[in-house]
Amino acid sequence: MSSAFKRVSTPLTDEVVQGLVAGDNVLLSGVIYTARDAAHKRLVELLQKGEPLPLDIRGQVIYYVGPTPARPGKVIGAAGPTTSGRMNAYAPQLIAAGQKGIIGKGEMGPQVQEALERYKAVYFAAIGGAGALIAQCVVSSEVVAYEELGPEAIRRLVVKELPLTVAQDCHGGNLYREGRLRYQLA
Amino acid sequence: MREVPAERISSEVARLCIEASYELGEDVIQAFQQALEKEESPVGKAILERLIENARIAAQGEYPYCQDTGFAVVFVELGQEVQVVGGNLVDAVNEGVRRGYAEGYLRKSIVNDPLFRRINTGDNTPAVIWTEIVPGDKIRLTVAPKGGGSENMSEVRMLKPADGVEGVRRFVIERVSRSGGDPCPPIIVGVGIGGTFEKCAWLAKKALLREVGSRNPDPDYAQLELELLEEINKLGIGPQGLGGRVTALDVHIETFPCHIASLPVAVNIQCHAARHKSVTI
Repeated sequence: MSSAFKRVSTPLTDEVVQGLVAGDNVLLSGVIYTARDAAHKRLVELLQKGEPLPLDIRGQVIYYVGPTPARPGKVIGAAGPTTSGRMNAYAPQLIAAGQKGIIGKGEMGPQVQEALERYKAVYFAAIGGAGALIAQCVVSSEVVAYEELGPEAIRRLVVKELPLTVAQDCHGGNLYREGRLRYQLA
Repeated sequence: MREVPAERISSEVARLCIEASYELGEDVIQAFQQALEKEESPVGKAILERLIENARIAAQGEYPYCQDTGFAVVFVELGQEVQVVGGNLVDAVNEGVRRGYAEGYLRKSIVNDPLFRRINTGDNTPAVIWTEIVPGDKIRLTVAPKGGGSENMSEVRMLKPADGVEGVRRFVIERVSRSGGDPCPPIIVGVGIGGTFEKCAWLAKKALLREVGSRNPDPDYAQLELELLEEINKLGIGPQGLGGRVTALDVHIETFPCHIASLPVAVNIQCHAARHKSVTI
């Protein structure tokens, strides 16, 4: 690999988040939760009604993923990230409730960037489409809510050394913008 | 008339769904290798190395290449001297998709209604089926699972004939530029030019079935493909949108004659999981 990795464990603290800068390569280990469009819609509806969430979100990392079904004897199927921009409308409310990290792919909107800075949270990019490779880092998987949503259910995953890149940080750093400007020739 | 049992079509479609999801084409893997030589960004290089590794793991048959195993888009070239017996063609293709997505442990990503209900159909049907009647007594089946992320970045625009080559160029570049990292670059860009509103979209999709590195047989369009590729790779978007020299692996243009008043153009974006498998029965 091209550069050194920072080893990070979940749950995340303000201190850890503040130490991460856009462009950092990270190996993430510990518990993370999965959720995508349909689950986010439900979580934010609960927050708006003032009702408890099916997980304690404080310090947690949410991975935007809908895996393929696990084969017999396997923990999970292919498990790469989905496009994060679709969660722009939901992420700020969950970050305000204590979520500290997001894993996905593609740039997140200004409302999310503002929440990352205000509440000290971080957005990691996983490699979109590298579903088979990422599955090798998943140690365990169990559905904790919304089983009826199938691939969109909320799962609790334990991951070991999941390779990520810090894409947007709590200091205003944004690798989608900075990286593109660095290599733009037009 | 040559008779082909519907069951044969189902079993071939099922096999193609699974093969496409686990075995990335050799042309795409070679394009990754070439991209690795061109890429200057360390982050971009690391991503390309991991994509090659991902393809190697997937080919072992336990984990699909990508978790979005897509909408099953099925192209059927049906010889006019073939009669499908023991069932109808559409049901046979959908039965194949149902079987392939179950037996291959592929993700079911289709909802039954686009707007009001959005309930997962549970078996990844229905497929999107494009049937062409062609001369002969063979059936050619192509299964191309299409992921949602890159499909969402696609667009049709009705240009004016006066917009010409420059108008097409501007639209393609703008569409790719605006997509950034969302469609999982490095991408393949399918461009359909001509025909009608729906025909150019179909051509753009068909363009994605061509081998990476192949050129349009018309030298003017072949040249335009290469120029667009070069311009796209100047955008700096790079692998996964995190910055770099390789945003696209190739640009494929397909064309059709068009109306004196029109210049329809469609851009269909394909992520690096450029999956398609074919068989001739």
